[in-house]
Amino acid sequence: MIPAQLSYVRARSVEETLDLLAEHGDDAKVLAGGHSLLPLMKFRFAAPEVLVDIGPLGELSYVEESGDEIAIGALTRYRDLHTNEILRAHAPLLAEVAGAIGDPQVRNRGTIGGSLAHADPAADLPAATLASDAVFVVRSLEGERAIPAEEFFLGPFTTPIEPDELVVEIRVPKQTGLGWAFEKFSRRAIDWAIVGVTAVGSSIALINMGGSPVRARVAEEALASGASPAEAGALAAEDTSPANEPHASTEYRKHLARVLTTRALTKIAGEQPVGLR
Amino acid sequence: MRVGIEVNGKQTDEEIEDRTLLVHYLRDVLGLTATNVGCDTTSCGACTVLLDGEAVKSCTVLAAQADGHAVTTLEGLADPDGSELHPMQRAFREQHGLQCGFCTPGMIMASVSLLRDNPKPSRDEVRHGLEGNLCRCTGYHNIVNAVMDASGQEVQA
Amino acid sequence: MSVVGTRVVRMEDHKLITSGGDYVDDLREPLLTGAAHVMFVRSPLAHAKIAAIDPAAARELPGVLGVFIAEDLPEASRGDSPTSEPWLAGDTVRYVGEPVALVVTEQRYQLADAAELIDIDYDPLPAVIGYETALTSETQLFEGTEHNIAGVNGEPGAQTGAFDDCEVVVTETIENQRVAPAPLEVRGASCAWGPDGRLTMWLSTQNAQMARGALAMRLGVDEELIRVIAPDVGGGFGAKIGADPEATVLAWAAREVGRPVRWIETRSENLTSMTHGRGQRQTVTIGGSKDGRVSAYRLEVVQDTGAYPRMAASMLPSLTGLMATGVYKIPAVEYASRSVFTNTTPIAAYRGAGRPEATAAVERAMDLFALRIGMDPADVRRINFIKPSEFPYTTPSGATYDTGEYAEALDRVLAAADYPALRAEQARRRAEGDVVALGIGVSSYVEITGGDSSGESGKVVMHADGSVTAYTGSSPHGQGLASTLAMMLADQFGVPMEKITVRHGDTDEIPKAVGTFGSRSLQLGGSAIKQAADKVIEQAREIAADLLEANPDDLELDVTSGQWQVRGAPSAAGATWSQVVERAEDTELAADLWFSEGNPTFPFGAQVAVVDVDTETGKVVLRRIIALDDAGPIMNPLTFAGQRHGGLAQGSAQAMLEVMDYDEDGNPTTATLADYSFITATELPDFELLDMATPTDRNPLGVKGIGEAATIGSTPAVHSAVVDALTHLGVRHLDMPTTPIRVWNAINAAKEVH
Repeated sequence: MIPAQLSYVRARSVEETLDLLAEHGDDAKVLAGGHSLLPLMKFRFAAPEVLVDIGPLGELSYVEESGDEIAIGALTRYRDLHTNEILRAHAPLLAEVAGAIGDPQVRNRGTIGGSLAHADPAADLPAATLASDAVFVVRSLEGERAIPAEEFFLGPFTTPIEPDELVVEIRVPKQTGLGWAFEKFSRRAIDWAIVGVTAVGSSIALINMGGSPVRARVAEEALASGASPAEAGALAAEDTSPANEPHASTEYRKHLARVLTTRALTKIAGEQPVGLR
Repeated sequence: MRVGIEVNGKQTDEEIEDRTLLVHYLRDVLGLTATNVGCDTTSCGACTVLLDGEAVKSCTVLAAQADGHAVTTLEGLADPDGSELHPMQRAFREQHGLQCGFCTPGMIMASVSLLRDNPKPSRDEVRHGLEGNLCRCTGYHNIVNAVMDASGQEVQA
Repeated sequence: MSVVGTRVVRMEDHKLITSGGDYVDDLREPLLTGAAHVMFVRSPLAHAKIAAIDPAAARELPGVLGVFIAEDLPEASRGDSPTSEPWLAGDTVRYVGEPVALVVTEQRYQLADAAELIDIDYDPLPAVIGYETALTSETQLFEGTEHNIAGVNGEPGAQTGAFDDCEVVVTETIENQRVAPAPLEVRGASCAWGPDGRLTMWLSTQNAQMARGALAMRLGVDEELIRVIAPDVGGGFGAKIGADPEATVLAWAAREVGRPVRWIETRSENLTSMTHGRGQRQTVTIGGSKDGRVSAYRLEVVQDTGAYPRMAASMLPSLTGLMATGVYKIPAVEYASRSVFTNTTPIAAYRGAGRPEATAAVERAMDLFALRIGMDPADVRRINFIKPSEFPYTTPSGATYDTGEYAEALDRVLAAADYPALRAEQARRRAEGDVVALGIGVSSYVEITGGDSSGESGKVVMHADGSVTAYTGSSPHGQGLASTLAMMLADQFGVPMEKITVRHGDTDEIPKAVGTFGSRSLQLGGSAIKQAADKVIEQAREIAADLLEANPDDLELDVTSGQWQVRGAPSAAGATWSQVVERAEDTELAADLWFSEGNPTFPFGAQVAVVDVDTETGKVVLRRIIALDDAGPIMNPLTFAGQRHGGLAQGSAQAMLEVMDYDEDGNPTTATLADYSFITATELPDFELLDMATPTDRNPLGVKGIGEAATIGSTPAVHSAVVDALTHLGVRHLDMPTTPIRVWNAINAAKEVH
């Protein structure tokens, strides 16, 4: 399994990256950690003519406090998210989720920006950013724009990023002291989630319950009106349309969303949820 | 394109196709064949090497991405003269942590990386730390024993 | 002091942990200098006519040395029977992954570029997928078959009235699902035709000599002109027996392009193109009395053969039939099987090959019977075991078991598991309404090893420097047999292991051999080496007698010092091996023989599995597995345990996780390692092993095979544990693998009934 022929270009700065993207347009793909893109290229599901490697841009790898927000550089690796003290203190959900992606080798390479731009409906970080009301800063030669997570995940592998744009930063409102929970249901530890729940405070976002991560709005509203974890959890699958597959039917996924949301909310309420850990 | 990669302490400098995967650079260009290819989906971990000291799957890294960096493969783990085994190598042999040996180079490199992050792991932490490395022969029991042994901890019969 | 029986680290390991093994894709042999690369282009459709195939564009790509399709190949490539498997598909493709063309290029990276350019038009045909479709579809894979039948054993549907007098009769249909052997090293080969007209092929195989025979026959070349070498092999598990058709095409292509060639498949190819294992739909019927005595058992099998007849048309289901009654003394047994063609990857051997299927069926039947009569499953087993005094025991299906201690094995694992405490814990959780249910599975098993009874070669050479070289016809590929044989020889000769070299897998060095499968290697290959060593010792005795001027009968070999001495005169000067061998005619002593008197042996055991099942999500976690696997005397406890560990993992994997699946159009849905649930370290507990060693009298070592035993025992133990966790919810059966959705569906279905 070998990628199709390509031209590799290493970007030396964000500015140069933007120049290259503007120059090559649709023919170019940005290479960050490469753990979403290279597997596709090896199967030739993707065959960019130009690969713009932004991996070495240290300027895009950071986690910083910025007023009421945490600013995360797009090239921050899962490994670094997982162990980052600032994130652990102010956005622990993201830190926890990053530590559950793939396996250690994948976490040593994969980046938050790469995962978000790839927009796989089965991925964990997109839902976690959605639950966290994150905003994605996207830059091109034209300038910068900020896209809320709510408007970012348009469908499977589809985002509003234009070919000449680059995700440079993820901004997350501080969740200091808020309860949070992450329930990932998969067959093996290394598998993608069949269904997952990311929850922080009273926000709930679901993994793999449709073509993109989705907020469990009905459950959130019930929670706001004083519903118990079980009552709110029972509403978690409302307005979702998860895929129907042999190993996970639509009905089963909805059931899992309800069970896992109940467990997540139970944990946030400070109680020990039932079920296998 | 031309890449310069330090491999097992020696600088290498080669002309390659841009699309060359690191694992093929090691195997086919440099002839370092300990690192194996076991899948095409970044699943099996047989191709695990250390890149700047961290475990990566070399089938999912372009050689170009390793340009200017340092790679360690199984061949570079023991003393250069081969007289002294790395504690992880010794432990894999002592604990029968290998059978056919195909997953072994990647498994040993992942285990070395695991102990670098967590010098005294529990058995459960070892299992999770090696979740990205598949083995078909050993049932993992003795691989866990090997990592426990290498970290100076008790093994299980 | 004896080395055999002690814990000895393997001599194979040093290379494997320092420079890595020399697997087929690693070879840099001089004969392979300038080798071109080969890739097979495979069918993306399960069943179709090839309407047109145009390799022209691919042939024009720089670096392409050849593109070949079926019509380029010799007549022999099409086979001689209507169901023959062609080297490359000609007018029809019959499974996704079937080779259709091959490309030969200068560089490895040009392969996929060239393959993409081959233009193939397919006219799809209806796909035959699943047992029922195969039997009832109007579509036949091959002209001239009915119901897609590939082979029949016994009389399907025949009834003898055996169940007429039974108080209780239980029946169930069980699927023993198709799984992928998935050795970590995929298939590969390299070959070159030398100036002398000889073919040398390095092949990732379990049987170099068998491969040579297959290549000779298919290519129409004398066996003498072919040398096959099995280099280090990265696992086989039955799926690397002999040589697959790709190896033949490779040899042909090397001659055609006039270059050495090398081929290594991708994992995605491997998962659809290397043979799969298992694949049986089993209908079990078990009858007996309410006091637990089983008097009749019927097993009707539909064996999925896949698209071409490899081993599943007859051999695998006959082994299932042979072992149908397992460890139980059941007076009346009915067995029949039908093998059916489907548009899927051919099925062949996978760790156990027909025997795990038999054990899974009878163990499931025992559990169902126990559940129906309300008796503990362990008690039902005890009542029906063949007793130690009844051996040798000939089963109704014609197997003659050598030795067995079935009740003791079960009692010991139950004690080690603290079975009563587990049952109490289960009752407590059920009473408390715990969402996490505890399941306890029990299995008892017997299997057959060395079942082919065709013997094995062994040659032992004692050199003048006192070192020893052994040539075994067995072909280890991870089992550690070389170390075990060296241990045996060290004991026999009184020579340190470091001075012993074990060679295998090269047809020039070892022209006649069978190789490794069916857990045969130690009992047949090991016995051959033992007998050869005995012969060397007898030759040496004569020479030593001459040297020491004594009667041969008065001499003894002191295995502590490795010296020949006159019995009763230990202080007198002895003769060293070097002295003895130097006196020999060729300055070496050698014996080369074929061990043919080895009859099949019957390893057995018992296992207990403990699982937690989340009854809300359906998630299963294997908490414990306690195994006793008795294969006679243990040569090296380290590698003996290793074989069991691997078997436990693969057997548990079939019960919980792994399935090679197809959609109704015949598209494989588990064709990568991202989709196929290959078991990992996180899905397994530490294994708890108990030892027992009941010898056999069927070979001079007294040993039975251990390669497959633990696989056979663990699948039903873990499967049974999952079902057991759910019986209080009304579940009596669910098929493997016990995936979360299946568990959840089973719970829901039981709720609807109750």
